[in-house]
Amino acid sequence: MTSTPDLEAREISKSFDDFKAVKDISFTVPQGTFFSILGPSGCGKTTLLRMIAGFQKPTSGDLLIKGRSVLDVPPNKRQVSMVFQHLALFPMMNIGANVGFSLRQRGVNKSDIKQQVEHVLERVGLGGVADRSVSSLSGGQKQRVAIARCMVLEPDVLLLDEPLGALDLKLREHMKIELKQLQAEFNTTFVYITHDQSEALVMSDQIAVMNHGVFEQVGTPKELYYAPQTAFVAGFVGEANKFVATVESIAGNAVTLRTQGGRSLQGVAAGAGLAKGTKAHVFVRPEAVRLSRSAPQSAGNGGEGIVQNVLFNGANSQVMLLDQLSGAEINVALPQTGEYRDLVKGGAVHFWWETEQTRVYARD
Amino acid sequence: MPVTDRSKLTFYLLLAPLLLWLVTLIILPHVGMFIVSLREKVGVREYETSFANYAVFFNEPLYWNTFARTAYMSIASTVLTLLIGFPISYYIAKLTRGRTKTTLFLMCLIPFWVSELVRTFGWMILLRETGVFSGVLQYVGLADAPVEMLYNDAAIMVGLVYTSMLFMVVPLVTTLDSLDDSLIEAGYDLGASGFAILREIVIPHAMPGIVSGCIVVFMLSLGNYLTPILLGGKDSLWFTGLIYSQFITRFNWELGSAFGFLLLGLSSLIVFVGLKLSRQSLGKTMAQT
Repeated sequence: MTSTPDLEAREISKSFDDFKAVKDISFTVPQGTFFSILGPSGCGKTTLLRMIAGFQKPTSGDLLIKGRSVLDVPPNKRQVSMVFQHLALFPMMNIGANVGFSLRQRGVNKSDIKQQVEHVLERVGLGGVADRSVSSLSGGQKQRVAIARCMVLEPDVLLLDEPLGALDLKLREHMKIELKQLQAEFNTTFVYITHDQSEALVMSDQIAVMNHGVFEQVGTPKELYYAPQTAFVAGFVGEANKFVATVESIAGNAVTLRTQGGRSLQGVAAGAGLAKGTKAHVFVRPEAVRLSRSAPQSAGNGGEGIVQNVLFNGANSQVMLLDQLSGAEINVALPQTGEYRDLVKGGAVHFWWETEQTRVYARD
Repeated sequence: MPVTDRSKLTFYLLLAPLLLWLVTLIILPHVGMFIVSLREKVGVREYETSFANYAVFFNEPLYWNTFARTAYMSIASTVLTLLIGFPISYYIAKLTRGRTKTTLFLMCLIPFWVSELVRTFGWMILLRETGVFSGVLQYVGLADAPVEMLYNDAAIMVGLVYTSMLFMVVPLVTTLDSLDDSLIEAGYDLGASGFAILREIVIPHAMPGIVSGCIVVFMLSLGNYLTPILLGGKDSLWFTGLIYSQFITRFNWELGSAFGFLLLGLSSLIVFVGLKLSRQSLGKTMAQT
């Protein structure tokens, strides 16, 4: 492994008039990584991607590819390729001409182009389609052609701008796995932007969660899910019950709080800035909450709730409880053992979760 | 089956105005003209059916020279209109947004709010010996005597391009508008130069618009009467002028009709060749724009 990262950004910023779309972001992407930038629409992720591709010039900061600054390199000279949101395959050319487009621009001779095009099409599992028209392909195949068209140049970094957004759900699930496999096969650095957390979690080696032009947290999918560092990440990645509570006492990492409804909660401080008497956000994942028929004996947070609604969705079923003490609504993932299949609206059940699963963030 | 009967009735009722228009205003006059063109005058009110009128055309060099001149001048003006109209259309369609786009589009349209006659007189005011250009040139000191810029081929060309610009810009803007920006970006991203993108992506996409614009502009130029006569003067030698003089000045409807049919044949032939060369079909180009 070389120590030079494929892609490095140093305090990169982009402003449009008064609006700062990207604010002093720095990150490095090592060779062969599947790096995702996850964020809600309007968070600046597309702007960031377009700066890496070269379609937009950063207002300040530096961008390095393989250790060399590319700020003055136009997109047609950058060793970076992009898969567009709607793929942008050229409808006026057949598949072979599409994939060979970049080679033609470089003046590679015709027989070499033909050979390389066929080779890369085979690698994405589409051998022998070079003479067909783009419109004869299905959505997933078009996706693979778009990737092949970029990979034929063997770029240092492949950028993907929500390419799965236009596909239907079933195909999207399938393409997630396929993209990951393609990335492993080509061993190229992928930078993938998406607003879909499941896409990011499934495929990525590293995820950067972006909000309001800054990276809230960069880490592996597991780190983001189990140890979100900010309230935004906790709320955006995965599902979570969110409460507002007042801090009553802090001892090291342990925090005691009281919700507006009067429930006392024990939690761990997950972010800085917590002080006695201040308001805080408390996050609990639905699958961290356990149900029981009788009152649990162990320490932690718990109480009795009335079933408001059962949202049955096979393995992803949830039950909405109304905490009888505080009146707060709590989502609980139903255990998949079928143990609580008899729960119906209006029924009473005990709930409980561990102190460690209660993450407390200062309210900004 | 009353439902299909009724839908059939609706179909024919809606078709009727179009059929009426085609038959009474296009087909009948053409059939009439064709019959007239085949009559040869042998004496007072004595006619014979023959191709004599067509023979006159081929035996008189002035006629077919004018005919050829009209054709190549029209082709030249079409090419010139395309060359000028394409960058304008590209700018309007791709580089402007919202209000600016509407304004620019409207600015192309505004000259067409006045009649062609007035527009052509406008050019005469600019180009004539005592006109604006001549005056400016003298004032600046580039000319020491009045310059006559009217009554030559360049003046005709200027007038033709100006008159038909809108008919090129509209279909071009429509097709260029439908070109996804990300295709251009993808081309750029894949290492293409601006020229390669124009040649491989933009022009192939805009081809139906280019062809339909060219057909319309070519037809308008070929059949234009006012512009060549006013800006070209008596030496303009435009084929429509010949047809006019046969019908109106010389009362020779037979020869005039034959000329009219030759012009129809010529325009159809050139459009056909153009479509073949650009590998487009008439239906496809007209449907897309």
